[in-house]
Amino acid sequence: MRLELEKRSEHSTFYSIASPFIAIGLTLIFGAILFAVIGKDPAEALYIYFVSPLTSTWSLHELAVKSAPLILIGAGLSLCFLSSNWNIGAEGQFVMGAVFGSMMPIVFPDVQNTFVLPLMIIMGMAGGAAYAFIPAFLKTRFGTNEILTSLMLVYVAQLFLDWLVRGPWRNPEGFNFPESRTFHEYAILPEVLESGRAHYGAVFAVLAVIGLAVLLSKTLKGFEIQVAGQAPRAGRFGGFSAAKMTFFAFLLSGALAGLAGISEVSGAVQQLRPVVSPGYGFTAIIVAFLGRLNPIGVLFAGILLGISYLGGEEAQIVLGLSDKITRVFQGMLLFFVLACDTLILYRIRFVSTRTPALAMGEN
Amino acid sequence: METDTQTAKDPQAGDFERSGDLLLQAQGITKRFGEILANNNVSIDLRAGEIHALLGENGAGKSTLVKILYGALEPNDGALLWRGKPVAITSPAEARKLGIGMVFQHFSLFEALTVAENIALALPGKLSIRELSERIRKVSTDYGLELDPGAIVADLPVGIRQRVEIVRCLLQEPDLIIMDEPTSVLTPQETDQLFITLQRLTKEGCAILYISHRLEEVKQICHHATIMRHGEVVSECDPSKETPATLASMMVGAEIKDVRKPSAGAPGDERLVIERLSAPADGPFGVALRDVDLTIHAGEVVAIAGIAANGQGELFDLISGERLSALPESVRIDGQPVGRKGVNERRRAGAAFVPEERLGHGAVPGLKLSENIVLTRHGVNDGLVRAGFVNRSRAAELEKKIKKNYDVRMSHDDPEARSLSGGNLQKFVVGRELDRNPGVIVINQPTWGVDAGAAATIRQELIDLARAGSAVLVISQDLDEIFEVADRIAVISRGELSDAEPAESMTRERIGLLMGGITDAHTAQGGGAATHAA
Repeated sequence: MRLELEKRSEHSTFYSIASPFIAIGLTLIFGAILFAVIGKDPAEALYIYFVSPLTSTWSLHELAVKSAPLILIGAGLSLCFLSSNWNIGAEGQFVMGAVFGSMMPIVFPDVQNTFVLPLMIIMGMAGGAAYAFIPAFLKTRFGTNEILTSLMLVYVAQLFLDWLVRGPWRNPEGFNFPESRTFHEYAILPEVLESGRAHYGAVFAVLAVIGLAVLLSKTLKGFEIQVAGQAPRAGRFGGFSAAKMTFFAFLLSGALAGLAGISEVSGAVQQLRPVVSPGYGFTAIIVAFLGRLNPIGVLFAGILLGISYLGGEEAQIVLGLSDKITRVFQGMLLFFVLACDTLILYRIRFVSTRTPALAMGEN
Repeated sequence: METDTQTAKDPQAGDFERSGDLLLQAQGITKRFGEILANNNVSIDLRAGEIHALLGENGAGKSTLVKILYGALEPNDGALLWRGKPVAITSPAEARKLGIGMVFQHFSLFEALTVAENIALALPGKLSIRELSERIRKVSTDYGLELDPGAIVADLPVGIRQRVEIVRCLLQEPDLIIMDEPTSVLTPQETDQLFITLQRLTKEGCAILYISHRLEEVKQICHHATIMRHGEVVSECDPSKETPATLASMMVGAEIKDVRKPSAGAPGDERLVIERLSAPADGPFGVALRDVDLTIHAGEVVAIAGIAANGQGELFDLISGERLSALPESVRIDGQPVGRKGVNERRRAGAAFVPEERLGHGAVPGLKLSENIVLTRHGVNDGLVRAGFVNRSRAAELEKKIKKNYDVRMSHDDPEARSLSGGNLQKFVVGRELDRNPGVIVINQPTWGVDAGAAATIRQELIDLARAGSAVLVISQDLDEIFEVADRIAVISRGELSDAEPAESMTRERIGLLMGGITDAHTAQGGGAATHAA
């Protein structure tokens, strides 16, 4: 017996919807096995990991705080990946968004009025977009591989931030801690509800999802994105420019990552620190694929991955597990998502290795 | 299925005189791909000293059968016998060990390597390049297929590349050679040379399985023919006793309508003018175009003949605007210079284009047909786009209309482009453009890999469009097609285009000479000396 992949003549509608759920199911099964192997009760561990974050108002607010950047970045990346532009550097664009956006309250702390926050948000988006411009330019001008350049620029951005908060932007009243000054009240993204910490970043995320969903499914630009990703030669025949598409995809996903960055800093952290992201930009790659590169799908995928962050923290506290467990779960999830995507265009068949009549032929 | 096992066992069965030892027999071969039965209980027997034609339309199951015979596919059912003994051919290596060689339709040569190095890669055992070169020289002169073992493949014309494939196959001293469409890339002269080689091989007792769409050739050189349709063997015959028309109707299972070509009348206005169009090669294996001149008038069909990769693709890209030319005046549509304008502006000027590659160039495989209509028509004010939003119901309307008017067959409404058969997709891609009633249409390989029925329909539509006052430019490698549709014929060779001459005064022989780059007083001087630009 062996397995054979058989190509379908068209995409399977059923599996385009079912494949993320199959992937989640497989992740849960293998997660349970993992917990059992390290000697924890699988049922309890999975409950703590995936259910307990949903059981209190406090944790729901935390979930919104964690999911919002994932959704914002993931939605931008899904569009970028659909057009076959592989922006792996959203983490760097997130950081640069945070840095550019924080310029007002840190460099000009005396300017305090209602225009500061909108300006910060615009500068955050511009910072992310400008940072994403670099790999797009290198790709279109010199044909460099954007996966490498965008990824390497992440480390440049992280070290730049690290240098800023230890050097020129260090809080003069901060006892030499590597932190910027805390933001004044006009520079803080307000909370949405009285009941908790969730800030307007969550609203931005929902708006971005709706906007991109419309862009992708209804507009000529969305059509162009699909064509560029699936058949670049046909795109040229349709009169679409591949270079313009690369810039569009990188600038848009960079701007959204920058928006996520400034929202996180001005909403949740309220100052710059050496590290402002627990890897949102990378996790958002999983979010984009788990959401099947569809903005609405990304909304749910972002929430699920947000749960995995919270569950990971919970598991550290309650079960004494390493925080690496979160990474393991996210890795498994991405692996199964990509594997299950195969089902959309292929069906699996079991075939016997050789028909008996032919096998007998030798004598 | 009445023919198979009987004929296999008894050489005298049927109406045919067939001598020669049985070499390879396939009995009751069945191969399933999902729901599709690619081969259904197929039997064929190949004999020493015989050129055996395998005929059928695209999708009839020929390639599947050949892949099974060559060990590249495993059948679900059925048996293979080599010289009367059951064998299992599980890989091409095993097929070669038995003595089965194959010459592929698409070359499997490394362009950056020499002839000898390419051949060394395919031969078992270790032989020094010098010894091998000696053998190549000997075998190739023996069979009249002269080759220089030290030449780099990239520098060789297509006809010579095929020789490399054939010589590579001969060096393995096969008893059976499978040839898939060997003449599709050859000039008439090169084809004649190939036939001499084939006849010599059969005299030496070699068997040849010959797959071709060119029924004239089959009639001329094949001793026996097996005809397939929808995965089954429908009949066998002696092709020398048939006509191309009867062979074709056996393949299709119905009479094929003749293409009617009413006379063109006096030439109308100039609609498409290409003037002194030159362009450098766009890559190491691209072809540079040099001073191409061509004028197409309202009401006429002009065809460009030529062997593959002589600049047809480059010329198409430059006319369509996927690539811009240096001067605006180099390409003019209805007098309007468009050489520096993009493909959509040229479409707005009244032109339409159908590229050679259907999937991936003319259509996006994973998108629905209605979406593929948007691909080429979003820029021409068809009401498909309003304020940046795609009007999907309008696209669906057009899809239904094209499906009906151009007889595009599909399993359900508005499927993805990839699920259509080659002929149906081509009807759709052509229909999508004809539906706009274009003033100028440029079409590259209009019926490449399209079944005979659909091909006749498409050719008729092109002629009708021209007679209604449009200018039609057909780029094709199929001479039969060219003579069927063209009022005037030009030949492209190494990026240079000969003058377009009236079809009545053109002969196949003259086209063959022009294809080889031999020009005379009629054509512009300086041809033939063109080389690959770096």
